[in-house]
Amino acid sequence: MTDSALATNPTPVAAAAAVAPKLVVRDLHFYYNGFQALKGISMDIPEKQVTAIIGPSGCGKSTLLRIFNRIYAIYPKLEAKGSIELDGENILDPGYSMNRLRSKVGMVFQKPVPFPMTIFENVAYGIRHHEKLSKTDMEGRVEQALRSAALWDEVKDKLKQNALGLSGGQQQRLCIARAIALKPDVLLLDEPTSALDPIATGRIEQLVEELKSQFTIVIVTHNMQQAARVSDLTAFMYLGEMIEFDQTEKIFTKPGKKQTEDYITGRFG
Amino acid sequence: MNSPYLRRRITNALAMVLSTLATLIGLAFLAWILWETLRQGISALDLKLFTKVTAYGEDGGLLNSMVGSLVINFIGIGIATPIGVLAGTWLAEYANRTRLGESIRFLNDILLSAPSIVMGLFVYTIIVLPSTALTHGSTTFSGFAGGVALALIALPVIVRTTDEMLRLVPSTLREAALSLGVPQWKLTLQILIRAARSGIITGVLLALARISGETAPLLFTAFGNNYMAINPMDKMSSLPQIIYQYANDPGDAMHALAWAGAFVITMFVLLLSLASRLILSRTKVSHD
Repeated sequence: MTDSALATNPTPVAAAAAVAPKLVVRDLHFYYNGFQALKGISMDIPEKQVTAIIGPSGCGKSTLLRIFNRIYAIYPKLEAKGSIELDGENILDPGYSMNRLRSKVGMVFQKPVPFPMTIFENVAYGIRHHEKLSKTDMEGRVEQALRSAALWDEVKDKLKQNALGLSGGQQQRLCIARAIALKPDVLLLDEPTSALDPIATGRIEQLVEELKSQFTIVIVTHNMQQAARVSDLTAFMYLGEMIEFDQTEKIFTKPGKKQTEDYITGRFG
Repeated sequence: MNSPYLRRRITNALAMVLSTLATLIGLAFLAWILWETLRQGISALDLKLFTKVTAYGEDGGLLNSMVGSLVINFIGIGIATPIGVLAGTWLAEYANRTRLGESIRFLNDILLSAPSIVMGLFVYTIIVLPSTALTHGSTTFSGFAGGVALALIALPVIVRTTDEMLRLVPSTLREAALSLGVPQWKLTLQILIRAARSGIITGVLLALARISGETAPLLFTAFGNNYMAINPMDKMSSLPQIIYQYANDPGDAMHALAWAGAFVITMFVLLLSLASRLILSRTKVSHD
């Protein structure tokens, strides 16, 4: 699909307009050192729903996710053009404070990456940077975050222990706790279960289900069953373009495009 | 058995024999050196080694040299550690993959293999000679100048290890911290240095082990002293320098003292290496 085709055919954008959009992406282009990785992406991500982004390796799904909190900006020679509005403000505007953006948009990565400190400190670390809290308030916030991440019962007796001693699945839930402790509006999950076993994966998926009442969640996944299980909306991307974006049920039962159907039925990708 | 397999087996056996032989040759010399140092050193060990100064000659000990070595090494590592860790951090975190960073990393590698006597002469020129002129001859050689010379040798080692250890920290850890809105300086000081801590400490200990055996840079700087000196502005004795001096002496008693000194240094370096191994294995941080 070319840019002009997209302009005349706005179906991907309007897909799920039933709920107010939290993130409004318009004509987003992205370049890695001159190579165009995203070609005119437009989509409306609704508030307090789970939006999954699927597609074969290299389709640009992680790239797209990494623009939502501008984490790409820590590397040189990367460039994003277009606009992404969060609550009506363009986050790609250089004037948009990085501090503010990252307190509103949290991120969880593919591999669990706890900081080399205690379990308690892992969660408190981010909060401390944004807010001054008393000791008891901080303890309350950390407990709340760990409870929301369904980790509290497993770690409440060892908060002072090093986080690297936790299992992989526990570490990943700790990373989720760390992200939601800042009370963000949006939570970005970049293939959060690809390094975990099926049981740990199941717990994270259940957690995503619980968290969507509080957060707008965008999840990138390689696993189509996972997208079908956890998401309300699914976006299918291919070669840097948004092929189809619609209700998850529709994408997996009656996809509107041939390419989407080929991908979800396993004919390529 | 057909011929291609036979040929592979023969080649395999040949390669194994040759590499095993090479290992054995290397190890044999190392074992020989250690054995001679132990044998000669232990037989020369004596309480007076630790109680008397070198001024008594063959009836004396090495007390002033040991104290001098400690003071000079302490100054050297004390100067090199903060500068080296900060420079390594800059290379890994702020200048990684930039042309300036690459050039400095390359220059640092050259410095790493610079002959140590050059460092001694350099410090002789920039510290010993000017201080002689400034004080009309009252300050010349000093333990401090020796420490600076050793710092210049330890510095590239510490820069290199800090740089490498920080670059081993997975970039996802950086992204995770930055995605919480944490600024770069906090990320570096509170997370990355902590994640790479054991590697950095090991680098410092290895640098200390490296400089504690250096002789050449001390000849033009600390010079030597047959009496006890604690003030780093005085001429100072050191173990490597006294070993060099006594080994050149015709007397057997002096040779025995030199062996004892060599034994003390070897043990010190051995303990440092063991300590650094212990630190690395105890606090190994894995993100896999």
